[in-house]
Amino acid sequence: MSDLNKLSLKVAISGIKQKDFSAKELVTDTLKRIKEVDSKLFSFISVDETAEEKVSKQEDGKEMPLPGIPFAVKDVLSTKDLGTTASSKIIDNYVPPYEATVVGKIERSGAVVVGKTNCDAFAFGASTENSGFGPTKNPWDLERVPGGSSGGSAAAVAADECIFALGTDTGGSIRQPASFCNVSGLKPTYGACSRFGLLAMASSFDCPGPIGKSVEDCEIVFNLMKGKDGRDATSSEKDQKNPPSSRQPAGLRRASKIKIGLPKEFFTEGIDSEVKELVKEAAKTLEKSGFAIEDVSLPHTEYAIAVYYILVPSEISSNMARYDGNRFGHQRETFEDEVKRRIMLGTYTLSAGYFDEYYLKALKVRALIQKDYLEAFEKVDLILGPVSPTPPFKIGEMVSDPLKMYIADILTVSANLAGIPGLAFPCGFTKNNLPVGLQLLGPHFSEDLLFEVGKKYQNLTDFHKKKPNI
Amino acid sequence: MTKLTKSEVEHIGKLANLDLTQNESEKFGRELTEILDFVGKLSSVDTEQIPPLSNVTGKKNVFREDRVGASLSQKEALANASSTHNGFFKVKAIFER
Repeated sequence: MSDLNKLSLKVAISGIKQKDFSAKELVTDTLKRIKEVDSKLFSFISVDETAEEKVSKQEDGKEMPLPGIPFAVKDVLSTKDLGTTASSKIIDNYVPPYEATVVGKIERSGAVVVGKTNCDAFAFGASTENSGFGPTKNPWDLERVPGGSSGGSAAAVAADECIFALGTDTGGSIRQPASFCNVSGLKPTYGACSRFGLLAMASSFDCPGPIGKSVEDCEIVFNLMKGKDGRDATSSEKDQKNPPSSRQPAGLRRASKIKIGLPKEFFTEGIDSEVKELVKEAAKTLEKSGFAIEDVSLPHTEYAIAVYYILVPSEISSNMARYDGNRFGHQRETFEDEVKRRIMLGTYTLSAGYFDEYYLKALKVRALIQKDYLEAFEKVDLILGPVSPTPPFKIGEMVSDPLKMYIADILTVSANLAGIPGLAFPCGFTKNNLPVGLQLLGPHFSEDLLFEVGKKYQNLTDFHKKKPNI
Repeated sequence: MTKLTKSEVEHIGKLANLDLTQNESEKFGRELTEILDFVGKLSSVDTEQIPPLSNVTGKKNVFREDRVGASLSQKEALANASSTHNGFFKVKAIFER
């Protein structure tokens, strides 16, 4: 067999377990593919050539849940003894002496890291253009961005340079690149996956999560990476006491159809008309297959960007203080422009005289945004909308206007502000053959329901099976 | 629009421990002014009765036994340092003699 790298995770696992091919062959094909296409895409900051060796050494590999499966890791997640740059020049020489909890969990499930993927420096951005090492290209159109910040991970999955990848989502950084590259991705409930070993951006927002070739693949990975971690006090299990929103016992709900709400604020004038049409089409597909579709409202949506761009830079300015060039990395003038910009913004909003006006005010409006969702989830089980207001944009089109780039996060940041999970998956293509994705949002710890609906949709459609021509 | 003055930008740079060039101060001053103007729209939201939200999953204090566990060796902890001395991180002097 050849081109094993093209397989989905589900098929790759069963192929190895049934001895149709070996894990080593799968890794070989994957590394070959990276060599073939990555000079065009730049999905990877570094590639681990020893991956084949590591697989060969695995004993009883076939018994493991992810037997020798090659995966890619966003370069903000620490990998022991494998350089981790956060795509920033300030730590281009840093080699972590420990690994992120989520990376360790996936490795102990049998999977092997093939490389570290490019992103916006420290995950600050929505296009990978803020990477200190240059942008990743969208496999569907090399002149366009793959989205961000987990753009390298999404492009690598789309171009079959790995079987699945890990990303992180602070304001849309898994969902938006998944949508731009025609792959599936989950932003888990805040705390569902440990943040230990993730180079912190905004600690009350950051969520590691999977990017895969299907919803089913994301589900397999999520179930192996989730769980409470003694090294992250904010990590929690589904059965945590008193989450702000949680599902009623399934029996009560299942007496009637699953209800999916379309928030009117996600379909306003500012949203590209092709994007709106494709997402509404997807809602119709779901309606025909037995889901109830209803209109809902999230009235504070218009304030989400303002809240996000006060709170996140504030947390950033504090988290980035550790980069002092003493214990690791270089001096602070090495920071990329966007890193400096956000540190400055956060320093200002936290500084004496401005704290109440900006930071405290934003925390209060954050409460109102979460309340919008909790109230909506009294009426409906899930919420559906576009991921990005536009299809993938051109490299260089937005990067000179930071505020314009921030506003492009309008549909994704509110899930992070509320701490709820969001699942993004493909729902069609524009007339110019650019991928469009939708997101399903649910109450805290409702990942299982998101997967159920996502899998059902992917059984009815084949958008997620379309591959870019590269 | 409240425009950030040059001295304000320099003050923020100092607080953030960033040595800014003249060009950077001007550019960031302009961009931050624009962003602050945009986020200022929050002042129109009524939050009189709303408590601030900082933990989104309703978690309360997390306790554990105070036990020593495995940790990095001194060698591992120092491996990425630009300069070390006798098993310590060597840094620039902070206090004057």
